[in-house]
This record gives sequence, structure tokens and C-alpha cells, in this order.
Amino acid sequence: MGEWAGSAPVLEEEVALANIALDLLGQARVLLSLVGDEDELAYLREERSFRNAQLVEQPNGDFAHTIARQLYFSTYQRLLYGQLASGDGPFAGLAAKAVKEVAYHQDHAEHWTLRLGDGTDESHHRMQRACDALWRYTGELFQPVEGIDVDRAAMESAWLASVTDVLGRATLTVPEGPRTGAWAAGAGRQGLHTEPFGRMLAEMQHLHRSHPGATW
Amino acid sequence: MTAVTAGTAETTGAPGGSDAAVAAEQAAYEAVFDAAVAADERIEPRDWMPEAYRASLVRQIAQHAHSEIIGMQPEANWITRAPSLRRKAILMAKVQDEAGHGLYLYSAAETLGTSRDELLDKLHSGRQKYSSIFNYPTLTWADVGAIGWLVDGAAITNQVPLCRCSYGPYARAMVRVCKEESFHQRQGYEALLALSRGTEAQHAMAQDAVDRWWWPSLMMFGPPDDESTHTAQAMAWKIKRHSNDELRQRFVDIAVPQAEALGLTLPDPDLRWNEERGHYDFGAIDWTEFWDVLKGNGPCNEQRISRRRQAHEDGAWVREAAAAHAEKHRAEKHQADKPRTDKHQAEQHQHTAQHGEAQA
Repeated sequence: MGEWAGSAPVLEEEVALANIALDLLGQARVLLSLVGDEDELAYLREERSFRNAQLVEQPNGDFAHTIARQLYFSTYQRLLYGQLASGDGPFAGLAAKAVKEVAYHQDHAEHWTLRLGDGTDESHHRMQRACDALWRYTGELFQPVEGIDVDRAAMESAWLASVTDVLGRATLTVPEGPRTGAWAAGAGRQGLHTEPFGRMLAEMQHLHRSHPGATW
Repeated sequence: MTAVTAGTAETTGAPGGSDAAVAAEQAAYEAVFDAAVAADERIEPRDWMPEAYRASLVRQIAQHAHSEIIGMQPEANWITRAPSLRRKAILMAKVQDEAGHGLYLYSAAETLGTSRDELLDKLHSGRQKYSSIFNYPTLTWADVGAIGWLVDGAAITNQVPLCRCSYGPYARAMVRVCKEESFHQRQGYEALLALSRGTEAQHAMAQDAVDRWWWPSLMMFGPPDDESTHTAQAMAWKIKRHSNDELRQRFVDIAVPQAEALGLTLPDPDLRWNEERGHYDFGAIDWTEFWDVLKGNGPCNEQRISRRRQAHEDGAWVREAAAAHAEKHRAEKHQADKPRTDKHQAEQHQHTAQHGEAQA
């Protein structure tokens, strides 16, 4: 998301996209700090040790791709944090704060899905193409993750209902393809990623790795 | 607020008045305007103002807004590569603030009767400028710190007096901008301090960045007083409160002890305290370089403006989609609102469109 800075379609989106990126980075820092040193975990692990879902490592693409990715992911995050916040597990406090942020992200993604889907012919076409392209990465979001106790089946049906509703209102068709595949099914969670991810890490980690032991 | 408002002015004109009467009326407005400026009152959007004052403000505020927007690029260049998550968060927040400053400033310019689209068009076609400092490249991480300390520091020195500028909307925008800029400047200084006190390689990186950014920062105050075309009039109108050279001197006086505290040197062999003047003397600025960068021949002029144009062009289909969606939505609302009065509907529609824009 940080890659959008300086390239957004309108100034208001410069603010909005940076704001979302900043919220997500804040959430990442809290989560990483629960496990260890945030910088060590972010900068010194290699590709095979990262456990992120493949959806979030997909390139920004055009604005429609970014919005489709955000729609799928923020809808999932809102359900996940909603469940975690209402429980008494180790993530309840973090989730209670994060759920407010991701509600904003979901609202933002929904509004843009409506504008692009139900805008011009070109924007409709682009939005549909983006929704189709990212569909196959959405099944992974509902694979079990060790240590996170939530009702994934309930989340998945709520997610499908919500996304189906938004796409329908945006005059878009719910993609027909599979939501998981032999490779994508939970693969990111096992450290199996897509090709763009290694290059993203190379850029992100280069400076930190060039100065071992330095503080910034 | 005693300045004559435009509305009042229209009604006082004698119907079918002679040229002499028109001239007398004009002189009366000018007298009220001059008195308001002399009394340090704020000029507001609906007040009468000389056309040249209006044009001068549009030029200055637009250039300021453009600088915020173009200024996002050299720093955004390091977002994906920031060396720690904390620094990355600080940098992202800063770039976000700059977009926000651009928004306030375009709004302030719009109170003078122009529009953001028109101003962006002038930026993209090269008819309006942005601060020449952003035509320099960010080559290392330390450049992000040097920009925070020196470039934001120079900007604050320039902008604090603008909080007392005679034009109300600009002065109020500056109050908000300066608060956030001071915060960024402290963070930049702190980032440089961490480098300066870090490993040998980090210290060298910080020194190199300061060596490259020092002179361009001094150029941010504009040409020397005897070559500054706008200064005298801008000071008479109380848009500017101090001359370029005065502000530059003030900045040097503040920066030198800060550099010492950082443990970094400034790349000027002629820099020394002058007991008699109570100021630091400093070496000659390379004005050839300044004018060259201003004319478009700096290291990044082409890259910066191309990137801005590209973002605008790439985003055209998104803006068109938002407008088309708002239009459809408006048509639906029109059906639902039929029993209401036309005026009410017009307001509703405008509100819907603006709401869509604001969220866009």
C-alpha cells in the first residue's frame, strides 16, 4: 500500500491509502512484538519463513486491483477481529482496537467497489477483471491457523455473503473460479509464496541487512 | 473586519456613473483595503482586494500546494526501503500529512476564485512552479533525515511568518501546516542523530546527506533581496513579513548549533560566527545552479513532473468512474426527491456530489 504514495488517482486517495497502510503497519508491529523483536522478524526472515496469506503479497496492479484486494482482505479482517475481540484470548485487546480501523478500510473498499463497478464501462470492466484475478487467493484466508481459535466456517459464510452483496450492488458478477487450489490452499501459511514476494522482501530488507546490528 | 465586502461594494456603485465616479469608487475600495492591511486586519475571501493582490496570492499558494504534492515523491522513494518498522511508520505518516497540506492549500487557493483542477493543470503543463528543492534526488536513507531537518526546517522558517499573512485563509492554513511540519522536523533531526551516533557507515551516510542538502536548503529562501522581483510588493501587502535574505540568515543561525549538536559538519569553509553582527557569516550561494534548477535543468525536474502527470493520467478512469457513479446516484435521488422544492434538491445534489468527492 505504501507504494501508492505519490501515485494515487486523486489527492484524497493519497491520504486514504497512506492512512490504511499506516493502520495495517501499526497492527503488524503489535502482532510481531507479541512474538519477538519486530525488526528482526520483519527484516531478517527469508521468504520461506513468512506466514502471510498470498492475497496480501499480490502486486498493487491498477487501482481496481488494489481495491479488490482491499475489499477481500478488509472484509475478512473485520470478521476475524470481530470474533477475536469478543473472546478473551491473547489477541482480544489488539483486535478491539484493530476492528475499528478495519471497519473503515472495509467501508473505503466497498465505496470504491461500488463507484468502479457501477461507474463507467471501463471501470466496470477493470473492477470485474480485478475481482476475478484475486478470487483464487481468498480461500486461503479461511484455512486453520495454529493458535488462533475462531469459527472459520462461520467467518467464511459471512465473508461470502458480504462480498456477494457488495459485488451485486456494484453490478459485478461474483467470480466463478475456485477459491483455493492445490498450491494456494493454505500455502502462504506454510511459507509457500508467489513469485513477486521475494522481490518485495529484497526491496524491503536490503538496507537493514546491509548494516548488520545497526540501530536506526 | 472592516474591509468592504464585495457584496456591499456592488450596491454602492452609482447607477450609470461616469468614469470619474467609477475611479473614485475604486479609490475608495483601495483605501479601505490599504487601511485594513495597515491595521493588520485579515482580508477574507468576500472582501474587495486589488486584482494584483489576488493574482499574487493565487501564484504563491498554488506553488506552495504544488510543493507539498511534488515533495511527497523524494520521501516516498524510501517508504518501501525504510530500515525499521518505526521509521517506516513515521515516514508514511509524514507523506500522508503532506498530501493533507496540499489539500488545505488548494482549498485556500480556491477561496480566491480558482479551482484545484485548474491549478493542477498549470502544474502539469509547467505554467506554475513548485519548490526547486524537490528536484534533488534522495540517494540514501539519510536523505530522508536531512530533508526532515534541513528542508522542513527551512520551510518552517519561511512559513511561521505566513501564519500572520494578511490573507485569512492562507494564514489559517499555515497555522495547521506549521504545527505538523515542526513535528516532522524534530523527527528528521532525531533520525539523523541516530545515524550520526550509529556505526561509522551510518555516520558517513548522515554526513554525506547533509553535504548534499545544505546548499539547496539555503536556496529555498529564494533569490537574494536585490534580485527578488516579488518581495517589495508582497511585503507592502503583508503577505510576506521578512525578506528572503533575512529569513535565510535566521535559518543559518538556528541550523549551525543544531549541526554541532548532531556531530555533523556543514559544507561551508566560510561559515563562522560574526561577533559584530551577532550572526553567522556564510559563503556564497551558487546562484547559477539555483536558476538552472528553477529553469527545469535540475537532477530530477523531468522525473518529478512526469511522475505527477503519469499519476494524474493513470487516475483519469478512476475519477471518471467516481463522477459517473455520482451522476447515476444523483438521478436516483432526483426520482426519490420529486415532491421537494427545486432549491432544496439542488442543495441535496450538490451535497451528494461533494460527499462522493470527499470520500473519493
